[in-house]
Amino acid sequence: MKVRSDILRVYRSLHTWVGISAGLLLFIGFFAGALTMFKQPLDRWTSAPQQRLAFVDEAERDLLVSQLLEKHPAARGEFTLYLQPQENISAPVVWSEAEGGRELAISSPRWQATLDANGQLQSEQIMPSLLGDLVDMLHRTGGIPGFLTDEYLGVYVLGVAGVMYFLALVSGLILLLPTLVKDFFALRPGKNRKRFWLDAHNIIGITSLPFHIVISLTVIVFAFHDQFYDGLAEVVYKEQPMFTPPAAPSESYVLAEMLPPSELIKRLQAEAPEYQVSDLLYMRLETPRPMVRATIVNTAQMVHGPIGGYLGINPYTGAITNTSMLPEKADIWSALASSFFALHFGSYGGDLVRWVYFLLGLSGAFLFYSGNLLWVESRRKHQRGQQLVTQARNIHWMAAATVGVCLGSILGVAIAMIGGKWLYAHVDNINHGYLWIYYGVFLSAVAWAFWQGAARGAVHLLLACAVASSAIPLTSLIAILFPSSGLWAYTSTASLAVDATALVFALVFLWLAKLTWRRAHKGAGDSVWAVNAEVKDHPETISAISPVPKSLDDALSD
Amino acid sequence: MSAIDIEPTKTTKPSTTKANIQPDWWSKTFAGCVLGASLALALSGLFAWLGPGGISADNKVQVNMWLISPLWVLIFSFVFLFRTGLRAILWLSLANFLAYGLLWIAQQGWLHGSGM
Repeated sequence: MKVRSDILRVYRSLHTWVGISAGLLLFIGFFAGALTMFKQPLDRWTSAPQQRLAFVDEAERDLLVSQLLEKHPAARGEFTLYLQPQENISAPVVWSEAEGGRELAISSPRWQATLDANGQLQSEQIMPSLLGDLVDMLHRTGGIPGFLTDEYLGVYVLGVAGVMYFLALVSGLILLLPTLVKDFFALRPGKNRKRFWLDAHNIIGITSLPFHIVISLTVIVFAFHDQFYDGLAEVVYKEQPMFTPPAAPSESYVLAEMLPPSELIKRLQAEAPEYQVSDLLYMRLETPRPMVRATIVNTAQMVHGPIGGYLGINPYTGAITNTSMLPEKADIWSALASSFFALHFGSYGGDLVRWVYFLLGLSGAFLFYSGNLLWVESRRKHQRGQQLVTQARNIHWMAAATVGVCLGSILGVAIAMIGGKWLYAHVDNINHGYLWIYYGVFLSAVAWAFWQGAARGAVHLLLACAVASSAIPLTSLIAILFPSSGLWAYTSTASLAVDATALVFALVFLWLAKLTWRRAHKGAGDSVWAVNAEVKDHPETISAISPVPKSLDDALSD
Repeated sequence: MSAIDIEPTKTTKPSTTKANIQPDWWSKTFAGCVLGASLALALSGLFAWLGPGGISADNKVQVNMWLISPLWVLIFSFVFLFRTGLRAILWLSLANFLAYGLLWIAQQGWLHGSGM
């Protein structure tokens, strides 16, 4: 397909600028996003057994809920009843006395309760580990701290990055159009390294294009939905109601007349027989609008949430009040909206789709990493004779930033995971530990990459990633061999899968470290990836590299 | 070898040939970002009023809201095809004017959408 050269030129510049501006942030978003596919297994791997209360039998659930509501009035506002025990679920009932907002409450303790052997309520306050939520926050904010009004600043920044990311997708596609047929799936390893990286960048970009379009569009909505709704209310709906007004509050309810959970579960199962009820979130029990939101799981279905769909039920009348998030019962508009969420969360085919999304997320991270690398490669000067050329400082900086930010974020998460177990006994609130470790490691890695240069820094940081990743299964092994160490490990499939995945990661990092070392010592001396590459900071060197190459191919054909 | 067909540099010297697209980054980015967003909102509003179910369909607002994002970024992506930034601003302003005019007419109830 022929595309006019002036169009290609404009879109090439666009692709470069949006890519280079948003790439590193998107790398963190994608890497952490891939991990959130397995947020539950991560939490199951991390959760401390010391904090867990015994679960109750099905028959005792009704008694537990009535005792809870009687003795802890705070739970009447909101509490969660879990039906199945799991490593990351510390008790059958959990509630918080703090006011909930959009921010992650990393310092507010949580209440939990169970029944003791005599059927008496036994409750305690704990500081839960929120590793999964923190990884999710890293995914949503890129690790950028701070608030803008009542939303995380990072969420808005990633929303802007999402717009740039869509522009990068369209411009990248336009750039590929002229040679799509010829270049598609052509991976040319050969001598020309840049050609190989460009081929790899293009193959991954094209084959996973639908995934990337979905992710970029949903990220924009997740960041700006408030503004979009405000816009619709202001100029489109005006005095028309945007949302169906809730049914007029009927008579006030008496807590003692609330239906027991066994009855609610029976009605929920009748409404959604193919689903398993996993938990009940009780809300506003002493108001005219009480509600129980049930999470229902069926891995064969496309569901609204990351794990399951939702059903609303009135805890006093037992009437099903909201079926809009149950796939088969939803109206067309709610079903459409649910599918947009499901497409982002990968919640439409159980663990298989989650693994596919995990790999797509990692390949997306590779897309940004390789894009930055191509930017560096296409701008560096090339050696013509015996004289070793020196590269301009900004090329070295970009290479160092790419290595430091990408590997630093991976290293930060891995060490935070290990720290969660080794430090647990020594700190009051492990969530602060996670944050200190992540930011400390991340910033050190970036500083290290700048200090040592991209070539040396990459080898060191890849080795550090390999060591940190292997320490994850090693920690589990030590916990099993030496129970007196105070560490713990679980043998559920989910928890073992975390260990196994970390081991695979460790081997991949080791292999990459070897490749990078070989390149640094034996590769072309004019590369920024060579250990002896010199940095020249005379202004004329910087001007010598501009104007930027007309095309990547001009640089590649050298 | 070339992945991208690019003509020799001399024929692509700036602005001599009339048909060539000017980069005009600032004005085109403004057009795509701001005028593109307002146009996307108006188009989503037209879908809300005149699309299936009309304005009062239950739960439709979520889909209307979701529509804004793809419309916006598609307009934003292709705004760079305008020959100059000024043209981009003028055309998108005109499109905004028409879309909001139509939206206003729809809000008066003069058009009969399926749900009204």
